Amino acid sequence: MIEALLVLALAIGLGWPLGRYLAAVMRGAPMRGDRLFDWIERPFYRLLGTDPRRGMSWRGYAKAFALSNLVVGGLVWGLFMTQAWLPLNPDAIPNLRWDTALHTMVSFLTNTNQQHYSGQAQLSYLSQMVGIVGLQMATPMMGLALVVATLRALMGGRQAMQHGSDPASTAGSEADVGNYWADVVRGGLRFLLPLCLLWSVLLTSQGVPSTLQGGPIATPVDASAGMTQQKLPLGPVAPMVAIKQLGTNGGGWYGPNSSVPLENPTPFSNLLETLALILIPVAVAFMVGPFTGRRKFTALVFGSMLLMSVLSTGTGIVLEGHTASAAAPLLMEGKEVRFGANASALWATLTTQTSNGSVNAMHDSLAPLTGLVTLGNMLVNAIWGGIGCGLQQFIVYLLLAVFLAGLMTGRTPELFGRKIEAREVRLLSLLILLQPLALLGFTALTLALPQFTDNSNPGFHGISQVFYEYTSAFANNGSGFEGLGDATYWWNLTCSLVLALGRYPALIVPLAVAASLARKRHAPEGPGSLHIETPTFALTTIAVIVILTLLQFMPVLVLGPVAEHLSLAAH
Amino acid sequence: MNDPMPTQALQDRIGLRAPLLFVVVILVVFGLLYSLAGTAMGRVLFPAQATGSLIEHDGRVVGSALVAQPFADARYFQPRPSAANYDPMAAAGSNLARSNPDLRKRVDAAIAAVAARDGIAPSAVPMELVTQSGGGLDPHLTPAGARVQVARVAKARGLDPAIVQQAVDAATETPQFGLMGQPRVNVLHLNLALDARQR
Repeated sequence: MIEALLVLALAIGLGWPLGRYLAAVMRGAPMRGDRLFDWIERPFYRLLGTDPRRGMSWRGYAKAFALSNLVVGGLVWGLFMTQAWLPLNPDAIPNLRWDTALHTMVSFLTNTNQQHYSGQAQLSYLSQMVGIVGLQMATPMMGLALVVATLRALMGGRQAMQHGSDPASTAGSEADVGNYWADVVRGGLRFLLPLCLLWSVLLTSQGVPSTLQGGPIATPVDASAGMTQQKLPLGPVAPMVAIKQLGTNGGGWYGPNSSVPLENPTPFSNLLETLALILIPVAVAFMVGPFTGRRKFTALVFGSMLLMSVLSTGTGIVLEGHTASAAAPLLMEGKEVRFGANASALWATLTTQTSNGSVNAMHDSLAPLTGLVTLGNMLVNAIWGGIGCGLQQFIVYLLLAVFLAGLMTGRTPELFGRKIEAREVRLLSLLILLQPLALLGFTALTLALPQFTDNSNPGFHGISQVFYEYTSAFANNGSGFEGLGDATYWWNLTCSLVLALGRYPALIVPLAVAASLARKRHAPEGPGSLHIETPTFALTTIAVIVILTLLQFMPVLVLGPVAEHLSLAAH
Repeated sequence: MNDPMPTQALQDRIGLRAPLLFVVVILVVFGLLYSLAGTAMGRVLFPAQATGSLIEHDGRVVGSALVAQPFADARYFQPRPSAANYDPMAAAGSNLARSNPDLRKRVDAAIAAVAARDGIAPSAVPMELVTQSGGGLDPHLTPAGARVQVARVAKARGLDPAIVQQAVDAATETPQFGLMGQPRVNVLHLNLALDARQR
């Protein structure tokens, strides 16, 4: 329990200044270190042929986002399929099969890091350092860029956000939502990269490997145990684990992720990695106020997220270690002695609240109701959420809550002085409907085709395994009930599709909606407008979230984890 | 769109040049250069930890303090069972659900085996001795998991159990900084310490 409180206190204490710094970076405000960073960044902009001060409309921004994803994706896919012939491969690892390479590329391009391969045995150092780490560093900043652009549009565009300008003056024209290239490069260089270097060194101090040499072969002490040689896979692991944890990525160097002692050696490294799960998502919530100039808006976002997070984390810890189905001796299956049950449950809840998806215990072997909590977290996907995507999803819920509250109180639904009308709500409804269609559709299809399912557990838990895999893919989370034999054509291809469906519409549609709002006439907020920055409205938003996401998945949740819990409790 | 002035100032024409060169920034700077910088810093500041916390004995690498290895002889403390057969290249958990009858069967058999091996009641078997860890490489036991093995190890080595228990106590790590994690015993360190005492 002490670890949970420590992580929460540190995340808030460090997230606050980091959020203010991040707001300054994304606003392009003058700051210390400008001379150094400008000197690094200027050649990039010249190379790219862009003027970082000139903005784009939402269409240009979305196009730049889509094109950069296509190009990077194609190149990384090629890298995975040719790694055997490229340098930095001391352990002579073969090429990835095309479908596993495709799934791995899409999974890392969508900031998901769902893994159908085992890193230490199937990826070369070059693939890990360039393909995996490159995407792990870039994709959270792309998510951040999209939400920052959406916030700019909600405020009426960049001109309207400048001091002393009249928000009504921009009506009718396309809002300037910022420069995509500059947003990603600034966020990456000035914010994420320095933080990751610090984490990488701290993790190495605890024993996470960082070397370019191939792994040594040890001769175990007791030859009578039947193992004459033990290959110890090493590599440049620490930098990768740092960005994996900090960037809501989750894909580990070793197959079983941070449960492997080389990836997470001590309780202190576990604290660092647990803190890193939520640090930047918390900082993004704190960024909102200084970035938009509306401090109460941060209070709404942060307050709602914190309340949901505390409820989910507390429930998870209690259910994992202190209920009937948690009884010894099965409690320690899939867990590590150095962490224990509470620290594992803490990690499991935070990693699903933030779309990170790394694990320090095997989720397949958690108590069924802890599995229910993690599924619920991923279905909501906005309790902190992924970097950028979490806030973006929260804005979707916010717009819907404003619309519903407007209908209920008989007022015109308005957000920051602009009306939400049929066009916007139609777009948002399509986005909301995509989730059940994709998740329930593919889960039903896969369960109907048992030759493709290949799950390691019978009965109710088998249903949970399949549903978890697609939920994790759609939420861009990446954790899994890993007993699934998922390195098959069926799983690789269907998951690739679900991964993309969960990423691109969720980032682009809210931007389009916000830009559509920005084109409307701005009416000053008065006593007659709906005040959203209040505790009452925060609770309304949470109610909307629960109704929209959890209730529509009730049947499958009852068939999976709830039924499994009841069957265990009956014994 | 009605007002031409601000839209003209926006740069919405995205060719292929920017995305293509952007890839270089992502893969080379964010990927390769960052990884090399992090690796170099770790390597220079913490050389032993950076290379896998290896343990050498008579000039040979006998293992890593962070990776469990199998022990079968009664003279040695035994680690937790491993779903990966202690092979780091195949690291994995069992991924069996608590409702899975196979898990129940496997654990019941393990309880019986440990109870017989160490001469204790089945109800006294600590749970980490019969469950497989997340990655199959957990190098630790709880102090209780080591204590139940003391009598067997002492007998096989012809040592006083009190001396073996002392070695266990010496190898026990307390929670880090007094508040993080659980007390634990590193099995490989403990076994090597006992071997060193009897050389």
